[in-house]
Order: sequence, then structure tokens, then C-alpha cells
Amino acid sequence: MPAALVALAMTVPLFYLVIRAAGASPAAWSWLLRLQTLQIIGQSIGLALAVMLSAVIIGLPTAWLVTRTNLPGKTLWAALLPLPLVIPSYVSAYLFVSLFAPRGLLQNLLEGWLGIERLPSIYGFWGAWLVLTLMTYPYVFLAVRAGLIRTDRSLEEAARSLGYSAWKTFWKVTLSQLRPALAASSLLVGLYVLRDFGAVSILRFTTFTRAIYLQYQSSIDRSAAALLSLVLVLITIGFLVGEQRIRRSSAEQPYTAVHPAPPVDLGHWRVAAIVIIIGVLLGALILPAGVLFYWLVRGLAAGEQLSGWLRPLTGSLTASGLAAVITVIAALPASLLSVRRPGFFSQLIEKWSYLGYAVPGVVIALSLVFLGANYLPLMYQTLFMLLLAYGILFLPQAVGNLQAVLRQVQPSLEEAAASLGHSPLRVFQRITLPLVMPGASAAAALVFLTAMKELPATLLLAPTGFSTLATQVWGAVSEAYFARAALPALILILVSSISILLINHHTSDEGSAQRT
Amino acid sequence: MNDNLIECCQLEKCFSSQPAVSGLNLELRDGEILALVGPSGCGKTTTLRLIAGFERPDRGEIWMQGRPLSNEDTFVPPEKRQIGVVFQDYAIFPHLSVAENVAFGLHKKSPAQVKQRVAEMLELVGLSGLAKRMPHQLSGGERQRVALARALAPQPKVLLLDEPFSSLDMDLRLKLREEVRWLLKNLHLTALFVTHDQEEALYMGDRLAVMNQGHVQQADSPERIFSHPANRFVAEFMGNANLLPGQVVEQGIETEIGLIPQRVALPFGSSVELAVRADDLGFDLHGETNGVILSRIFKGVLNVYQIRLTSGLVLEAFQPHYRMFPEGQAVRIFADAGHELACFYNGVAITADEYHLDRVTKA
Repeated sequence: MPAALVALAMTVPLFYLVIRAAGASPAAWSWLLRLQTLQIIGQSIGLALAVMLSAVIIGLPTAWLVTRTNLPGKTLWAALLPLPLVIPSYVSAYLFVSLFAPRGLLQNLLEGWLGIERLPSIYGFWGAWLVLTLMTYPYVFLAVRAGLIRTDRSLEEAARSLGYSAWKTFWKVTLSQLRPALAASSLLVGLYVLRDFGAVSILRFTTFTRAIYLQYQSSIDRSAAALLSLVLVLITIGFLVGEQRIRRSSAEQPYTAVHPAPPVDLGHWRVAAIVIIIGVLLGALILPAGVLFYWLVRGLAAGEQLSGWLRPLTGSLTASGLAAVITVIAALPASLLSVRRPGFFSQLIEKWSYLGYAVPGVVIALSLVFLGANYLPLMYQTLFMLLLAYGILFLPQAVGNLQAVLRQVQPSLEEAAASLGHSPLRVFQRITLPLVMPGASAAAALVFLTAMKELPATLLLAPTGFSTLATQVWGAVSEAYFARAALPALILILVSSISILLINHHTSDEGSAQRT
Repeated sequence: MNDNLIECCQLEKCFSSQPAVSGLNLELRDGEILALVGPSGCGKTTTLRLIAGFERPDRGEIWMQGRPLSNEDTFVPPEKRQIGVVFQDYAIFPHLSVAENVAFGLHKKSPAQVKQRVAEMLELVGLSGLAKRMPHQLSGGERQRVALARALAPQPKVLLLDEPFSSLDMDLRLKLREEVRWLLKNLHLTALFVTHDQEEALYMGDRLAVMNQGHVQQADSPERIFSHPANRFVAEFMGNANLLPGQVVEQGIETEIGLIPQRVALPFGSSVELAVRADDLGFDLHGETNGVILSRIFKGVLNVYQIRLTSGLVLEAFQPHYRMFPEGQAVRIFADAGHELACFYNGVAITADEYHLDRVTKA
């Protein structure tokens, strides 16, 4: 029963969105079909495809280099290359904008030295493409690396013994083995781009999420935003279904490497390989870190007030802390049900969990805005609405984690307790709960950390005057107070690093898209 | 004219300064199945990989039909060797269908030829109906056959098989090895068969090469290896023999279970060891006893007795299924071989004097 309630709470906003969209005025419908809207769709998909392609171009060769060759310092590169994952997209966008923008760091430097007054603009497609590529290539890198590690040497040796040269073997066998990993991870990249709000907004490239936000802010007829949201959700679901299909079909090949392949000797190409890897790291890691450090020092030197970020910090801690507790408590019945009594209903919850990965935060937020403004005026503009949004967004993640923990608790333990005369409630209290407690706290910590990074829902739903670290970064960047954003950005990067460490510790979960 | 198809001379290969193969000499004769057998870690798989060209030897030479495959200056890559390999895990390409897997090595042929050859090969291994299946839809035995068909399709000069039956269950294993042997013999193929299972080696091999610690201990016919092991390792590994210590005396070899009237070309008083199999030993309850029954295992047609000698040495002896004795029974054990026993001096076989091949009987 509690599970059903939770499921209901999660689905209502989306249904409401559908109803709202269905009742949209003819004007809104015609707006949807306007050239400008088609352009938004084209730009979103175009950006997603471009980033997918470039993420593969960076992720595939770097993964091969650090996994299958005799490149010096492989372990170091392998540890550094996935690190851009820990930078929230809007933080990265902020750092690039603060470097390249007309009043940014580089412009000031170049003006002083060389008298260059105009840089190519960072705003628009190219900026968004660059920043998102550097953010997302780790998805491809990690998937390809895992795939390469999994491939046994015997497959490639079989091809060699059948008359294929080393180079042809790479194309016909090695790459073919990686195809599922490449396809799934690049769809994940596409999903990331389509859901992303922060980076495209800061870089002023109008994709769905930014258009929805602008539409919501500016117009009185918000049905248009609802319509746009639905179109976006349909596209993201398409991506997610594709990703899941590939994942499932490739799971049918139970290949594990007994003997890993021997490293390829790069010879003189080693130098070129290291230059490529350092180049990638320079753009994705070193440059952003340097810029962040610069603003941090400058902010402190300019006497940026500590009290200025104390309030957003407490705001973040409160909202994320409450969200973590509420979400995990809400996730517990659903996870118990799906693990202990698999059936139609529990499958439904599971399906919905996947769906949750597809729905962008800005869409959830928007639907809650509608719902709150029309039916729950008392709750609207309170922390409750924000917590509800967090709950909906992060429930799938919590359910996934809890399911993994629950699967490790053997039913026989509970049965043993029951046979010793304990009521179901007491069995839960004495056996199940203590056993899942460590896992549940890890799940809560993960929700906590993820909620801290969340931007669009917080932006739309936070009560007036309530700010968090994420909104603080956003606000400071919109007003070009770059130094003011540095400290919250640093805290967010730390928070994000911890959450990724946690995810890696709990790889036992379904391993689907990681929310960022 | 040399009828060796492949010759390995003084091969050496180290992995992180641990020698996997050292001083290895091996020849593979035209048309034979050579079973390379030894305990795990003895270097047999490394030997196979050196011949296939997956590894380059640190030292030594490999020749094929008088041409060098590998020496100081030459290293022919695996794709140029025309050597087929059946892998332990089969290494079927998971993204290709059965037919595509078999066709993989036929990339220099026309589509019509490929089609015909694939059909032939699938027919040969009995998988004609499964051409369009994907590997994950196949059973273990079917995968094995695909691997075999794929390796045979390009008509290699030699086929190397690396423990090809080790991941199958017992029934299937016996059936498949029969099939594979029949197939190889029918096609007059030269094959190197690597296994750790002595029984499988005896069944599959026209000749056996027993390996230990990186080199070949003995290469011979199965019968010779069984009856004339070159050293203690071969005797123990191939025959589950008891090793009975003894002293050379004038009349033969004096052991704890009596005098074995078998002469060896060694000075009197030398310490040797005799390989006595369980079927070479008998016991009864007459006379002075020299051992006690520790246990009896009933194996249907016979009883296997473990008997502890006064010295503490434990020997295994067979008795017919109707001869039952209780545990703890004191017995008199004696050699009853009816053939010369293999005799080792410092672990190496010593041949007996030719003229003294008397029946070895109770002393």
C-alpha cells in the first residue's frame, strides 16, 4: 500500500502535464508547430548528435591507449581521464564562460598583451558543444575501457590464426566487440545533453530545456511549455529505450576475459599518444581547475564575504538532507515489494524507475509548478514543493540502491526469524532493517549529494529568498560576478566527487544512467 | 626427407623472468596427432601459443616444413602461418552467426566458394541446421563444433587444440573426443592436442609428449610411455604408480616386500626406486605378514586396497571384487607383475640387463 502511494505521488505530476498539454489553447498548439519550435527540436537533437560523435572520438582512442598499449603512466591517465564527470555541467559552463566571455579572463589577458579585442564567441552552439563534449566523453571512455578489459585475448588470436593482420583484427573483431558499449554509452551521452539545463542555459544555446525555462518565465500561457516538455520527454524516452535494448542484448554474451590481451607496442607513437591525452586533460580538467582557482583567489583577495555563501550552504544542506531522508523512506516499501514479491505491480515500479531517468529535472519542476499553483496553493512556494521534486527525481536512484542491498538479504533469514515466532513487523524490525541499514544510509548519502547539485528544479521551485549553492552559482554567473561563484562551485565539485566515489562503491545497482 | 611437419628446438619463453618453457624440443610428424600432456603450469599451453605465433620465444627456433617460423631474425606473424587453433574457451565471435564465424577465415575466397565451404564444414561437424544461429543460442558442445569447423575451414596445415574438452561435462566429453579423433584421422590432419588429462591424452594421441617444468620429459607412443616411463615424474603422472625404494644386490633388488629378481646396471648397494602399479601387487594371509590393510574402496569389478607397510609406506593393490578383507587385517604383500618393473636411479629410468627377464614372482 505505501508503495502504491509513492508510485502515485510520482506519476501524478506527469499525468497532470499531459492533461495540461491536452487542454492547451489553439495558440499554444500553433506555437508548437512554428518554425522557431522546429528549430529548437533541430538544435537539441543536433547538439546531442554532435556531442555524441565527439565524445566517441575522444573517449574511444583514449580508452584504447590507456588499456591496450604500453603507454607510460597508464594507471595515472586511466585515473585522471574520467574525472571531468565530477564537474556539474553548469559549473563547467561557468568556468568556460568566465574564461572566454567578452569580459572574461582570457579577453583581459589578451587585450593587455596583444591588443586583441574580440574573441570568437563562446556562446551558442560551439561553446555548448565544446563544454558538453568535455563533460561527457568519460561515459564513452569508461564503457569502452570496461569492454576492452572484458575482451579475452583468444578472440583476437582466433582472428589472427584465421589469417587477419593485427590492423584488420582490430576493425573486424576488437571494434565489433565494443559496438554495444559504444552505442549504449553514446546514447547515455545524448541523454545527458538532452536533459542538461545548466550548461546550455549559461552558454545561451536554446535547446528544449532552456526553451522550456524561458517559455515558463516569460509567457502567460504556460501550456506551450507543457507541450514542449512532452515532446522532450518523448525524445528522451526514445534514447533511453534504445540504450536499454542495447544493454540487454549485449548482456546475453557472457564473455569474461580469462587472459587479458597483451599490450600493443606503440613505439615512437608513444609521444603522440601522450600529447593527445594531455591535450584532452588540459581542456577537460586542468584548464577548468586553473580558472576556478584563479577566481577563488581573486574573490578572496577582493574580500568576497564569507557570510555571502553561508546562507546558500545552509540552504543546500537543509534541502538535500531532508530530501535524502524522505526519498529513502519513500523508496523502502517500493524496493521491498519489488524484491520480495516480484509481480506486475513491482515491475511497473521498476519500469517507472527507468522512466525517471528520462525525465529532465526542468520538466518535473514545471509540472509541479502547474500542480502547485492550481491545486495546492498552500504548498506552492514552500520547501515542500522542492522536496517533492527531489523525491520524484531521485527515487529511482534510491530504489535501485535499496534493491541491490535487499537482494543480498537472503529470504531464509527472514523465514528463520518467522519460524522462531516473530511477527512480520518484528521480523522487519529485528532482521531486515538492521541488515539493510548500511546500504540505506549509502543510498541516502547518494541522494543527498545528488540533490545538492540539482539546478533546474531548485531554480523553479525554491521558495522566494531560499538559495542553495547551485542557485548561487547560477545567479552569480548570470550577473557575471565570476569570483562570487567560485567557492560554491568548488564545494559542488567536491560533493560531486564524493557521490561518484559512492556510486563506484555500489556498482551492484542496475548500473543504468547516473544522474548528474 | 624429413617427415617432421613442425620442429621446435631449444625453445625458451619467460614471463616476468619466470621461465614458462625452457630447453623445449618437440617435433610434430606429418599426419599424426601428438598429445601434449602435463600438469597445469607445466608450459604446455605456452608451447602451443609459441607454435601458433601468439607469443615470440625468447630463444630457440621453430621450423615448419623446413622453413623457419621463428628464430633470431624471423618471426612469421600468426596470420601467415596457416596454423588453425581451437581455443579452450572456443573464442567464438559473439557478434557473428555460426555461418559467419566459420566463414571468417575464408576472406580471400569468392562468395560462392565461401558459401560452399561453410556448408561443407557445417555438414562435417554436424551443424548444418544451425548456420544462422548466434553463439549465445548454442550449447557447449555446439560451440565446440563451431570452433572446430572455423579452424578447419581455411584448410590449415596443422591444427592446434588447447584443452578443447575441458569445459564440457563428462558424457559430452567422451562423445566429442571420439568424434574429433575420427574427424582428424579421416582428414589426415596433423594436430597438436594439449590436455592435462592423462586418460584423454592416451585416447587422443598417436604419440604422447609428457611435459613438466617447461620441457618435454618423454615423447613416445602411449604404450611405451606407460610401460617404459623415462623418469619418475612420467611414471607417477601417467600411471598412478607406487614408488617402492630398494637396494641393488647380487640377485636383483632388495625391497621391503622382498627381493625383486630384476638386474640393473648399477653397483651393488645403490639406492633405487621401483614403479609398482596397483595391478603389479598381490597379497595373501600366508606366512610372515609385512603390512596392514588401511582401507578398501569397492570399484565394482575390483577392490582397491590401501596397505601400510611396517615402514609406514602406503601401497595400493588391486584384488578381484570377491576378495574381501576387513580393515586392520595383517597381510603379506608381494610383487606379482609378470613384466619388468620400471626402475629409477636419482629419478631417471635405468634399464635392466637384457638376459635377466625372468618372471617376477614371489620371493
